[in-house]
Amino acid sequence: MSEKKTKRREFLFTASYAVGAVGVGAIVWPLIDQMNPDASVKALASTEVDISAIQPGKAITVLWRGKPVFIKRRTSDEIAEARAVKMENLKDPQKDEDRAVNPEWLVMVGVCTHLGCVPLNDKGDFNGWFCPCHGSHYDTSGRIRKGPAPTNMEIPKYEFVNSNIIRIG
Amino acid sequence: MRDHEYVPKSKFGKWFNDRLPLLSLASHLTDYPTPKNLNYWWTFGGILTFCLIIQIVTGLTLAMHYIAHADLAFESVEHIMRDVNYGWLIRYVHANGASMFFLAVYIHIFRSLFYGSYKSPREIIWIIGIIIYLLMMASAFMGYVLPWGQMSFWGATVITNIFSAIPFVGEGIVTWLWGGYSVGDPTLTRFFTLHYLIPFLILGLVVLHIWALHIPGNNNPIGIDVKKPSKDTVPFHPYIVIKDGFALLMFTIVFAFFVFYAPNILGHADNYIEANPMVTPAHIVPEWYLLPFYAILRSVPDKLMGVVAMLSAIFVLAALPWLDTSKIRSAIFRPLYKQFYWILVIDVLILGYVGAMPAEGLYLLIARVATAYYFIHFLIILPVLGSKEKTIPLPLSITEPVLEDSSNSPTVKKNKI
Repeated sequence: MSEKKTKRREFLFTASYAVGAVGVGAIVWPLIDQMNPDASVKALASTEVDISAIQPGKAITVLWRGKPVFIKRRTSDEIAEARAVKMENLKDPQKDEDRAVNPEWLVMVGVCTHLGCVPLNDKGDFNGWFCPCHGSHYDTSGRIRKGPAPTNMEIPKYEFVNSNIIRIG
Repeated sequence: MRDHEYVPKSKFGKWFNDRLPLLSLASHLTDYPTPKNLNYWWTFGGILTFCLIIQIVTGLTLAMHYIAHADLAFESVEHIMRDVNYGWLIRYVHANGASMFFLAVYIHIFRSLFYGSYKSPREIIWIIGIIIYLLMMASAFMGYVLPWGQMSFWGATVITNIFSAIPFVGEGIVTWLWGGYSVGDPTLTRFFTLHYLIPFLILGLVVLHIWALHIPGNNNPIGIDVKKPSKDTVPFHPYIVIKDGFALLMFTIVFAFFVFYAPNILGHADNYIEANPMVTPAHIVPEWYLLPFYAILRSVPDKLMGVVAMLSAIFVLAALPWLDTSKIRSAIFRPLYKQFYWILVIDVLILGYVGAMPAEGLYLLIARVATAYYFIHFLIILPVLGSKEKTIPLPLSITEPVLEDSSNSPTVKKNKI
């Protein structure tokens, strides 16, 4: 067989494998993607909450996308404490001003960033939250201060529809 | 193997066997030569096969009544316990059966560690065994989620969140595993599917495990190569069948004790509270058989490194045939290894204990020391020991030390097998 013919054959093999790989990928992808959140799960992406009954210093927990969301009406002491923290003392530096746009209201996903437990309110060494599972301490701004969690508790996308209603998501 | 020499007696048998040699296989299994000095630690292979069959049979019958839906699962389990005929019995056998399965597998693994059964030429048997063990853990974890109690839900949350430690793609993988933004109904239905599938994968791997075993044959308590068949071996049937049968009987007594007298002692009371995504139980603990690895996960203060340490603790076992550099298999002839072996056993028990305790103060310190020692054993002690240890001379055969003058072989006399 001439060298030219061999090269042509090799090219054909490579091309066939490539097309085959694309075909296998196209078949496997739907089987993998079916496990991602479906349309009905995505449709429940936002929720509205009435916050008018929350007293200062109190918090409520609402369910959003199957996860608890803490809505806390902070006292002026708690706000002052959160804003006085120096950035170099934080594991995941973030200003309180960036976490609570309206300083009185702290809205955050109540899920510990370590392994997903729900932290307890008004507990821990920093007067914020404490996760009972593996001992992470959060401050009054929901920032990680001590323990295995890598980051601060997440702030979801939310807005004030009016002074009494928050829409999360 | 002498399978091809087997000729069925009947004419039909011969006709059939020429077309599908099932009778040759049966003949191989009954005549299979086994070392005559196998002790009771060798009966756990048979016991494990029994455990797998029990789990499959009780699991199939439970699946006829269980409903894999977040709103109905918890009630359907209570329905099984209260209304279904013998439902309580089948569920308690299945739930405690998982614990018995792990009890037997840990004895089986530690037997292998003591007698060096993982060494050449049995590395593939060992690696298949590790894969079976991994699948057992996956299946047990997903099975524990199905009753949809508080421990089910939060155990699932914590374990699936382990994947979020992977840089960049971690969060995406967790969402994909959940089929939502938290553990929920889609998670439950897929866990049920996989929990149903994995036992059959294990069954297939068990066939490979036994096939790979039948190539070199069994290791034995003194760990020397045995000519087979020879005066050092006995046929599997009836000798091993009877011995395995007796051990199995003893094992089922322990099994029955748990099922009938303490069916919930190995579980957690919080799992009789229905799953609630708003409240985390004060103290999350996995089932007892996962505790040593849970202790390793928690002993590392960094999230990603904790996960890496936990997974390494399992995968280091797969590399064991190459980490243990000693040519001598049985610990009976390795005086130093024997001591390190028992230290490892105690180390793993300590890890299990601190895994059940809160991760703080002294417990955390102990967990860290025990975790470090676990890795030191496999990564430093075993490779070094192979060249440094002065081993006791091996006997020439299993029969020799028993039949001949004992002055020839003081070693076996001293260390009663």
